[in-house]
Amino acid sequence: MPKNFIENWFKKKSWKLHDHQIKMIESGALGLSTLLIAPTGGGKTLAGFLPSIIELNANPTNSLHTVYISPLKALTVDVARNLLEPLSEMNLKITVETRTGDTPQSKRQRQRKSPPNILLTTPESLALLISYPDSPNIFQELKCIVIDELHALAPTKRGDLLSLALARLITWAPNARRVGLSATIPYPAEMAEYLSCDQTINPVQIIEAKTTKKPSVEILIGNSRLPWSGHMGTYAVDEIYSAILNHETSLIFVNTRAQAELVFQALWKVNEKNLAVALHHGSLSVEQRRIVESAMVKGALRAVVATSSLDLGIDWAAVDLVIQIGAPKGVSRLLQRIGRSNHRLDEPSKAILVPANRFEVLECEAAFQSVLDENLDGDILRQGGLDVLAQHIQGVACSGPFDKQVLFNEIRKASAYKDLSLEDFNSVISFVCDGGYALKTYDRYRRIKLDDNDLYRIVDSSTERRYRMNVGTIVESTTLKVKMRRGRFLGEVEEYFAQGLVPGDTFMFAGRLLTFEGIRETTIDVSPGRGETPKVPSYIGGRLPLSSNLAEGVRALLQNPSSWRNLAAPVKEWLERQEQLSTLPKSDELLVEIFQRRKLFYMVAYSFEGRNAHQTLGMLLTRRMERSGTQPLGFVATDYAIAIWSLKQPSNIEDLFDEDMLGDDLENWMAESTVLKRTFRDVAVIAGLIDRRLPGHKKTGKQVTFSSDLIYDVLRKYDPNHILLRATRADAARGFTDIHRLGALLKRIKTNINVKYLTKVSPLAVPILLEIGRENVKGSAIEALLDDAEEALISEGMAIQ
Amino acid sequence: MFEFYLCNTRLVADISGALFWPEKQTVIFSDLHLEKGSWFAKQNVLLPPYDTLDTLNRVEKVVNYFKPSRVISLGDSFHDDTWMERISKEQIAKILNLTNNYEWFWIQGNHDPCGVPSLGGINLSDYLDPPLTFRHEAKRESADGEVSGHFHPKAKIKLNRKSFSDRCFISDETRVILPAFGSFTGGLNVMDKAISSFFRDDFKVFLLGSKVRQFPKSALIS
Repeated sequence: MPKNFIENWFKKKSWKLHDHQIKMIESGALGLSTLLIAPTGGGKTLAGFLPSIIELNANPTNSLHTVYISPLKALTVDVARNLLEPLSEMNLKITVETRTGDTPQSKRQRQRKSPPNILLTTPESLALLISYPDSPNIFQELKCIVIDELHALAPTKRGDLLSLALARLITWAPNARRVGLSATIPYPAEMAEYLSCDQTINPVQIIEAKTTKKPSVEILIGNSRLPWSGHMGTYAVDEIYSAILNHETSLIFVNTRAQAELVFQALWKVNEKNLAVALHHGSLSVEQRRIVESAMVKGALRAVVATSSLDLGIDWAAVDLVIQIGAPKGVSRLLQRIGRSNHRLDEPSKAILVPANRFEVLECEAAFQSVLDENLDGDILRQGGLDVLAQHIQGVACSGPFDKQVLFNEIRKASAYKDLSLEDFNSVISFVCDGGYALKTYDRYRRIKLDDNDLYRIVDSSTERRYRMNVGTIVESTTLKVKMRRGRFLGEVEEYFAQGLVPGDTFMFAGRLLTFEGIRETTIDVSPGRGETPKVPSYIGGRLPLSSNLAEGVRALLQNPSSWRNLAAPVKEWLERQEQLSTLPKSDELLVEIFQRRKLFYMVAYSFEGRNAHQTLGMLLTRRMERSGTQPLGFVATDYAIAIWSLKQPSNIEDLFDEDMLGDDLENWMAESTVLKRTFRDVAVIAGLIDRRLPGHKKTGKQVTFSSDLIYDVLRKYDPNHILLRATRADAARGFTDIHRLGALLKRIKTNINVKYLTKVSPLAVPILLEIGRENVKGSAIEALLDDAEEALISEGMAIQ
Repeated sequence: MFEFYLCNTRLVADISGALFWPEKQTVIFSDLHLEKGSWFAKQNVLLPPYDTLDTLNRVEKVVNYFKPSRVISLGDSFHDDTWMERISKEQIAKILNLTNNYEWFWIQGNHDPCGVPSLGGINLSDYLDPPLTFRHEAKRESADGEVSGHFHPKAKIKLNRKSFSDRCFISDETRVILPAFGSFTGGLNVMDKAISSFFRDDFKVFLLGSKVRQFPKSALIS
């Protein structure tokens, strides 16, 4: 048996090879491509490497054998460590190295000349590695490509970029096996197709590791009054604290960074025993996060309050409890989080869900059911972005002259681009060559030209330099450093948050109360804050919309009173009241309540399609109501419903919700929307029209934002079908506007609108109306003055003539 | 449109970013930065080539509205000195049409130190028409009646939890700085010392948007 040495090593560790690990070894021996689906833990990553280790042991080589791609730089380092240890214990001479943005230039150059056997990298670093003229040589002997956390990568733009790189690698090393490692997902076949490039030539088999035990999940409702609204969950802090006390190590997940700060603060207020409770989120400085992570590895912490910053990453065996505070928003994500406790396949994970308000109780209940039923949700795979394609083609050009038809054929092997039309491809090529503008060509400034052999060739090295500096699809929003006066760097906050601050304002950050002193260039100065009530960072970006699956679960729960027996008493009472005073929303209809309150008319629609789709719906409905003279004043969108208030009573509700709002109304709104401009900026950076913010470069992200708005305006005026605008609209449609989901809703409820005219606010509407109060905070006299200015500006649409 | 006084002279801050001097039937533009897009293209950044067209369209709209007898372009009319190599015939025709129809002054700026030769109009380093003086960049010693550009002023006001920012005029009744008019021109916040140090503390900004609004310094944020 060639794999004896591995079995011996497992034996020495008194471990046993898992079934899926054995299957991975077998399929590797047969040279098959495989998608391994397994919950967190259970040696999934090692399983991906075992066949390569066996092969490299049997046939030692000096060339690159396996490329491993992970979404996180930090993960490549951890995986390298976890791989080198068994290799040295097994006495194997297999070289393993990482290659990321942190790898020194000299090492990266050396790696191109003499690569390791196993290279651990990220999608961005891989894109760079394949963009050199000598790249094909590096990958000539490549036998295996391993993609970790595939479920997290594939449905994103990084996944687009990776699928294009994969197609390229397959051209150079047609026999290389592809291995995907994924958490449990609802659509394994699609994911396998992502890996395969061509199912007929290189089919990908699926190996699924089943957990033997279902996770043990309970819903915890604090003893204090269950809040009607709000998302922070701090009302249950005492119960959360006792849960921490009763377990070795707890991982506490929250939904936003602001929530993380608040929960962390609240826990320390009740932390009588001074337990080691830490904080981890994406705005904190890397050093601070590393300190927390290594303390976690050492088992020095009792709890970490974290955002999605810890969704992925190295396994921590010590965690025996996961607490999710606030609604989980999606089942797959919840399972992934739950899976971070008890990293052994044979032991059940333990999790506590803490809903922060009444609607979240319903959502947690629906999530609880879905977890039991393994009713997963998740992003469907996307059509590849044209901006990402433009970037890739620049990379291809950097690696050498290319034939257009050959490249087109190769790109269509990337699963995200299998339906790419020749027309779109040509548009992208012409964008890459000279900007692809309709009215005037930049003939003289071409970056890429056809040569005498009909091959596209890069014109000068500056294109190459710019490509290498701008590679990647993650466009960071402009952030400012938070720094203590004469002190240390604490982390970064988004520019828009800093803009709202006035010197003297206090806010929570990095687990402490800070006073805002002022902004200097790209740094905000802070000093230790005093007082009790901070102005909390409002990081809106972190909030995910409710998934369709969970929405369905909540709807089903609502319309079926017999399923309420597990609900907490106040929640049950709330729903019963709703049934008496109005009615409960049914699955197949849209309940719309209309009532008057303090001279204003309120219309509340219970559409359950998630915040993003509701935001779009609100924009479109208010436009229509304005036109029909209802005089809408504002709206608020939650994950569950939307409320619009107006001076006159809305009428013709069926017409108002007609599907045709997705026509001109949508088009007009999208064109004016500032969010679309932000999307355009990302697209323009990814496609290589404008440079991203670069270290050492003076150009700040602020300038990019500003000038890209101007570019957007001019382009829209004179070249409305330009490829970048098309890419922008496509992104907007599936991203923040959630138009697909909105469209599905309008289709479903057509003619099935149940309008209830009430004399006062209904129980179900209370939490939504409370959100309104949350959005408007009364300020000083000058603020009131500016509020008037704001009203004037907003009502006039902020249109710049 | 927003009326204000500079050295007792009535001026109009137009929503477009142009300034109108009714008494002398004069329209003033600043920082057109024509052919900035193609300048970027020459550096390998292939921005859309429509900025000159768009800027000139907006210039035409303004002069068609005010029907002035005189137009002053306050410098940085072109983004650089080599625009001649890049500009299209259509745009040249558009500019010639303007300079033929109006008494046209090109003030020299730092981007176009030689002004605009060969497209009609008169080139000047600065232009005095009492009580006003027109120049590209404000001078520290001579405030009275100075009309200039160069700094691309913009202002930001705080609105409850949001903020609104746009190009603006800035004036303290002795001098005024115009916003940049070009389609591809960014801006500098007036709270930056580079701009605010030219003005008394009681300066006002005339903020562009859906209409021109006046705000005092106290309403602005950096």
